[in-house]
Amino acid sequence: MATPKIISARFDEKKAHTLEGYLALGGYATLKKLFKMKPDEVIDEVKRSGLRGRGGAGFPTGMKWSFIPKNTDKPKYLCVNADEGEPGTFKDRLILERDPHALIEGILICCHAVGIKTAYIYIRGEYDFPLARLGAAVKEAYANGYLGKNIKNSGVDVDVVIHRGAGAYICGDETGLIESLEGKKGQPRPKPPFPAIVGVFDCPTVVNNVETISALPWIMTNGADAYAAIGTEKSKGTMLFSISGMVERPGVYEGAFGVNLWKFIEESTGGVKGGKKLKAVIPGGSSSAILTAEEARNVNLDYESIAATGAMVGSGAIMVFDEDTCVVEALEVVLRFYAHESCGQCPPCREGTYWLYEIVNRIRTGRGRPEDIDLMLAICPDMLGRTVCVLADSAAIPAASYIKKFRSEFEAYIDKANPPERKLHPGGINFEARAL
Amino acid sequence: MSHARHAIAPSGKPFAFSPDNEAKFAQLLPKYPTKRAVILPALWLAQEQEGHITVEAMEYVARRLEQPAVAVFAVVEFYTMFKTEPTGKHHIQLCRTLSCWMRGYQDLQGLIERKLGIGPGEKTPDGKFSFELVECLGSCGTAPMMRMDDRYWENLTVEKLERIVDACNQGRDPAGEDH
Ligand SMILES: Cc1cc2nc3c(=O)[nH]c(=O)nc-3n(C[C@H](O)[C@H](O)[C@H](O)COP(=O)(O)O)c2cc1C
Ligand code: SF4
Ligand code: FES
Repeated sequence: MATPKIISARFDEKKAHTLEGYLALGGYATLKKLFKMKPDEVIDEVKRSGLRGRGGAGFPTGMKWSFIPKNTDKPKYLCVNADEGEPGTFKDRLILERDPHALIEGILICCHAVGIKTAYIYIRGEYDFPLARLGAAVKEAYANGYLGKNIKNSGVDVDVVIHRGAGAYICGDETGLIESLEGKKGQPRPKPPFPAIVGVFDCPTVVNNVETISALPWIMTNGADAYAAIGTEKSKGTMLFSISGMVERPGVYEGAFGVNLWKFIEESTGGVKGGKKLKAVIPGGSSSAILTAEEARNVNLDYESIAATGAMVGSGAIMVFDEDTCVVEALEVVLRFYAHESCGQCPPCREGTYWLYEIVNRIRTGRGRPEDIDLMLAICPDMLGRTVCVLADSAAIPAASYIKKFRSEFEAYIDKANPPERKLHPGGINFEARAL
Repeated sequence: MSHARHAIAPSGKPFAFSPDNEAKFAQLLPKYPTKRAVILPALWLAQEQEGHITVEAMEYVARRLEQPAVAVFAVVEFYTMFKTEPTGKHHIQLCRTLSCWMRGYQDLQGLIERKLGIGPGEKTPDGKFSFELVECLGSCGTAPMMRMDDRYWENLTVEKLERIVDACNQGRDPAGEDH
């Protein structure tokens, strides 16, 4: 069965980003039915669809909504996470640029289900063009009665506010996002309390990823059963996979869960660039453990199968290493990222990311000591599960997996008698230690 | 967090929102239940108005939102896109993360360093260009890439970047070279 296009159905339609174009393609058609449904019925429908969050953690969406207190005098809020910062991820951008009304329609579905009157869309600061497209769509939606007071005579009011970030990966974490939205540094909050109880402005808050919300119109139109029929027992529906690195045709590809990982990559992108050999695959963003070529060929692309390898589906950011890609330098790039983005409030994260980066940098620049590899492996466990957010884990997990699976490459850099052959780009620059 | 900055001195130039931004600022206030939440959007207005954010602008935003000045300073310091010094006319943000690394951002950095004579964090003496290495910009499928003049430049090669830089130098619209 060909994969149905759920999220990407309108990506190639030239005018889908305008209200006129979206309506012509059947957009907003589900609203009539939606506003006749009771909020609990909508939550049930989303629960039955099996939809899980596409921002990284894969948490069941309907269940998340049901944690919001029903009897509260406080306003409730929706925060749409459009901060898209996980390295390798570039799919929310496509939704924002090409199908922003699907996001708005999804927001209406969530707001009606949970009883929310205000939704904030937190969009990363560098997304100029997506912001322009989204801003135009929101304006059009207001002008035509799809947002604002008494939407299409339903008695439902929903306001959407676009809030622009200013360059900080950590604001993608849901509580970092909330802090940032409140006008502070984006430093994550300890949980509990969870955002569902005490979220933005001290009120119950749903935080959902752009893609998660954009899947809702299809689910409400076609029904939970149709969605749940796609994929596997626990990984239902489709997901947008951002595939990049050393493949022939990088890009965003929608896929149903349960297919073979490498087959999916190969069929979507044409395989490894220039007919080179496959070395490794990162299946779910730079926070994920790495898979060897053999593992990538033998695993299925769904939450449980990937998790069983120690890696994760995460945000669906697949990165492909060819035979020439240096795993040691790749780890250096990854660790530099996390050391740079740590918000600094938890010592295991602040110190751990810094030292892991320092050590891999000295290994890669020929200053490594034989005991450095085990030193790194000893640091990693101390960074797991003991910090306010999982950024520390996101550095430690790839570090340990790159080293364990490609240890000989790290050793080669330390063996002074036999330094590895370096395939630097001609204009290549060696990054300097400490130059975070 | 690790973008430690030196204490910045007042510019000596008073700041106030332009009439345009005053109107935008008035529209922002009702969108949030607290004044503090308006700090980021107000700082964006200030930065768009002057190209960077002066101490005076921070103090102004704090006053307008009835916040302690330190709350605004802390925000400016935390976020990499808020600039406390003028950038070049064309501010190059070159991505250095995994996919752009695999696809050779190093060559592009090499070109910038050779051709413009500036490294990361530096500005050309004529003020035309400044250069910064940044983390993943969510455009990995079209790596290597950069952000400049509030837009993305994707699928870069050394040749293409050179054409873009030349166009800027010659006062032409670099968009014509984006092919
Ligand atoms: C360090 C860090 C960065 C994150 N970045 C993002 C992001 O850029 N976009 C996103 O949607 N979720 C991100 N998340 C996940 C969010 O915390 C949250 O789980 C998600 O937005 C919930 O939405 P979902 O249930 O629809 O996936 C990040 C988490 C962490 C710990
Ligand atoms: S784990 Fe790191 S990024 Fe997360 S809150 Fe702690 S210091 Fe900040
Ligand atoms: S790695 Fe450069 S845009 Fe993502």
